[in-house]
Amino acid sequence: MIETVVSVDLMVEEELKVKKNRLAPDFPNGNEKRICIVSGLYGDELQGQYICYEVIRRIKSNYDKLKGIVDVYPSVNVMGLDSRTREIPGSGMDMNTLFPGSKSGALGEYTASCIFGDICGADVCIDLHASNVYIHEVPQVRMNDDCVDKVMPFAKHMNVDMVWIHPSTSVQNGSLAYSLNNAGVASMVIESGVAFRIQKQYCEQIVDGLFSLMKYMGIWDGDAVDAKEGIVTDDSRISYINAESSGIFIPDVSVYDTVTKGTQIGTIVNVLTGSVEEVVCANNDGMICSLRDYPVIEEGSLLARIVGDINHE
Amino acid sequence: MNKEVIFSMNTAFRGEYTLHGYSFGEGDKAACIVGAMRGNEYQQLYICSLLAKKLSELEAQGNISAQKEILLIPTLNYSSMNAKKTKWIADDSDINRSFPGNPHGTATSRIAAALLQRIKDYSYGVQFASFYLQGESIPHVRMMETGKESVSLANLFGMPYVLTGMNRAFDTVTLNYNWQELGTQAFSIYSATTETIDDESAMMAVSSVLRFLTRMGIIKYDCHGGYISTTLREQELVSIRAEEAGFFRKLVGVDREVKRGEVLAEIINPMDGTVKASILAPTDGIVFFCQDAPMVFQNTVIYKMIRRMHH
Repeated sequence: MIETVVSVDLMVEEELKVKKNRLAPDFPNGNEKRICIVSGLYGDELQGQYICYEVIRRIKSNYDKLKGIVDVYPSVNVMGLDSRTREIPGSGMDMNTLFPGSKSGALGEYTASCIFGDICGADVCIDLHASNVYIHEVPQVRMNDDCVDKVMPFAKHMNVDMVWIHPSTSVQNGSLAYSLNNAGVASMVIESGVAFRIQKQYCEQIVDGLFSLMKYMGIWDGDAVDAKEGIVTDDSRISYINAESSGIFIPDVSVYDTVTKGTQIGTIVNVLTGSVEEVVCANNDGMICSLRDYPVIEEGSLLARIVGDINHE
Repeated sequence: MNKEVIFSMNTAFRGEYTLHGYSFGEGDKAACIVGAMRGNEYQQLYICSLLAKKLSELEAQGNISAQKEILLIPTLNYSSMNAKKTKWIADDSDINRSFPGNPHGTATSRIAAALLQRIKDYSYGVQFASFYLQGESIPHVRMMETGKESVSLANLFGMPYVLTGMNRAFDTVTLNYNWQELGTQAFSIYSATTETIDDESAMMAVSSVLRFLTRMGIIKYDCHGGYISTTLREQELVSIRAEEAGFFRKLVGVDREVKRGEVLAEIINPMDGTVKASILAPTDGIVFFCQDAPMVFQNTVIYKMIRRMHH
């Protein structure tokens, strides 16, 4: 059932509507578990669009297997998605800093408040992201370090390559995940791929994880994969490689590549002089879990992350 | 006036990016003033330019106190101003959301770290900040309620109002918060505008800083005593939202005293010109903030009022 969660008049003719699709058993017993799947907090992150579509499609094709409530919010920053804008168009506010929001606030805070209120009471919330335009990420769960005990049992079913306990902005104070965890809803962020793209392989992997999680929660009674055991790490096992020169980054590795300390990651070149400004090398042993996708870089730009100790296989 | 390099880096296409500071007087690190951090903060940079001129004159006249140094950093983000962007030109990050910064991190994080390293030992810090809502506000001094703020010191600027506010989620990564955490008495000065130049409020901001520096014994300057500031808590301001979306016709501007029920503005239907909503003052008081966009969304905060305050 399609429901409107937020409705706000825009300035000329249009109405901003944030919608959700509630999928629930035909004959509920009143004790169903509830999972919320949220996507599109950033208007340039599109992975969640395919994931939401595929989740709904698979449920509809085996509706009798649905034993709980699945609320899908595919596009919560509607104007951002339509205008290819990461933040909320107009105000420029980062929507994922506005939660739990405020009914008396401006457009973004008001919208955040309505979405937050609608999700409250659920058992689990999955906030689907897709990195930004600069960095390509392997599919991963992110969670803040203050909710590990509560969230990890669910995260292990998400079929991702990495679970990163990391207080990044996507899970810190002001984010949807942080606010929901404070409100008793076990919440995590999924990052994968790169902005403005749909990487179907990653999406399918995450959809498989969602069904694995829903099976674990008793929401889904159909087929589900055995979730892969991803690397579980905190910041101590993540190495950052930042540029010390400006120019164009030409990578020599790909995500998932295993490197050792000293392996050449890529070069930074000067296109005016035809010279190599910097040869970028791995600063640790491990797997490339993040890699620069947008080639124009400046001093300090993040080029890669390496997750170490990957002997889990 | 001595010019120094605060931070320097190379860029892919634009050449060297160098941030400069200008110091006046020599000796103890007495006061540091930071200007525009975003590319749309024209008023904030303008205030710094006026202040630089004034401090140069005072220095030439020997009116910077002995053993006192004032550092002025007019802008941290001039490339965005040149490119007409608000945030960092290369990746849309925000310098004032990057503190305390990391010298090995991204460009904005490096700028934040370099800045904080250079300015952390000053006794007093002033930042010309822009109001988080787009529009015009009464000039004021804002302090975060970190437990380390001193309202009595803020009063010495002689601005009409001192506003204190609880920390919002993003405040912990701002300059003001981190400056206070490192022991500097940090103040944010809000002028009336951001993207347009308002001479009157710019001069008020300049005077307020000179007044403060005089009262702290950092400069010798005969100036008007300013206001005995009224202290407000941000949470006490009454927010008035647009009930409808459409053209915003302002009838009452900032700093006007109004009666409860007085019409502040009208929202006009952009298709047929009819009045969709009349925005009424919910209380007697003074208009503290008024938005200045030609059109508004439904639920947008269009006014903030000081409840039951009279001129």
